[in-house]
Amino acid sequence: MGYMDRKHLIRKALIKSIPVMAAYVVLGTGFGILMSDKGYGPVWSILCSLLIYAGSMQYVGVDLLVTAASPLSTALMTLMVNARHLFYGISMIGRYKNMGRIKPYLIFALTDETYSLLCNEQPFASDEDAQLYYFFVSLFDQSYWVLGTALGALIGSVLSFNSAGIDFSMTALFVTVFVEQWLTAKDHRPALTGLGASVVCLLLFDSSSFLIPAMLLITVLLSVPYAKRGGKDA
Amino acid sequence: MHDTHAALLVAVMALVTVLLRFLPFIIFNGKREVPGYIMYLGKVLPYAIMGMLIVYCLRNVRFSAAADWLPSAVGVAVVVLLHLLKRNTLLSILGGTIVYMALVQFVFV
Repeated sequence: MGYMDRKHLIRKALIKSIPVMAAYVVLGTGFGILMSDKGYGPVWSILCSLLIYAGSMQYVGVDLLVTAASPLSTALMTLMVNARHLFYGISMIGRYKNMGRIKPYLIFALTDETYSLLCNEQPFASDEDAQLYYFFVSLFDQSYWVLGTALGALIGSVLSFNSAGIDFSMTALFVTVFVEQWLTAKDHRPALTGLGASVVCLLLFDSSSFLIPAMLLITVLLSVPYAKRGGKDA
Repeated sequence: MHDTHAALLVAVMALVTVLLRFLPFIIFNGKREVPGYIMYLGKVLPYAIMGMLIVYCLRNVRFSAAADWLPSAVGVAVVVLLHLLKRNTLLSILGGTIVYMALVQFVFV
């Protein structure tokens, strides 16, 4: 591959990743501020963005850290919140087949946004081209996320503003995703099942212990229609 | 002790996430068919989990006084309305958070 091809592909990756930039910098900043507000400085928040690198989960994670949740409920929570990543992986198996040395990083960095950028990409002239392009899109996206986090940690430690209520950014994030999903989904039963089962469990148990029962109930309730159809997908 | 537990939780989150991301490539590497039930759960779980996370975020809201629940209710309503009107993720999140912060800092103090 020539120098110009290489440069062209990296440029293409940068342009492709720009829509993710705004979202990741802003959400990453929010995460950094939230962490620093709870007493977890830049080392903690940046480490999270480097090692976990999963937006929604990191926001939930702030809460798990603050309440000193048990490792088991943390593992279950991560499993449920990030279960969707299994399916991103499944649909990328073909695309990531010949990715060589960088394949582990591509798999590690497959977030919602990176997946949405890469899942519809046209075939490349060669495996080397694809490797370079996929690698840089993934790397640019994570850079935005880590940079945003660092920025948030900095803002949180340098500026002293009244941060009361900043926790609501997590609620706002999930409500936004919920509404967005509602607008795009044809079947609203899964969304209503999630809301309903969680409210029921919150009323039956208390706010510190309802989560695991809620996750179990949701899984059972969602499995019923599948079992009724005799294992056939809708 | 505080830091050790926090480090453990970060490690658990990182490990489970990385496992979920790698598992398809390890198990279903083009050879084995993905079980239908797993495919089905993967399709419906994200919708249900988002509902669960909203309830999780609001789990400590109490209804004894207006100041306990009104800021959250207004904040959620602002997010929903903004998103229905503009469908801009960042605007919805920022708008809702700013309104909520203003309410708890200046109105319901």
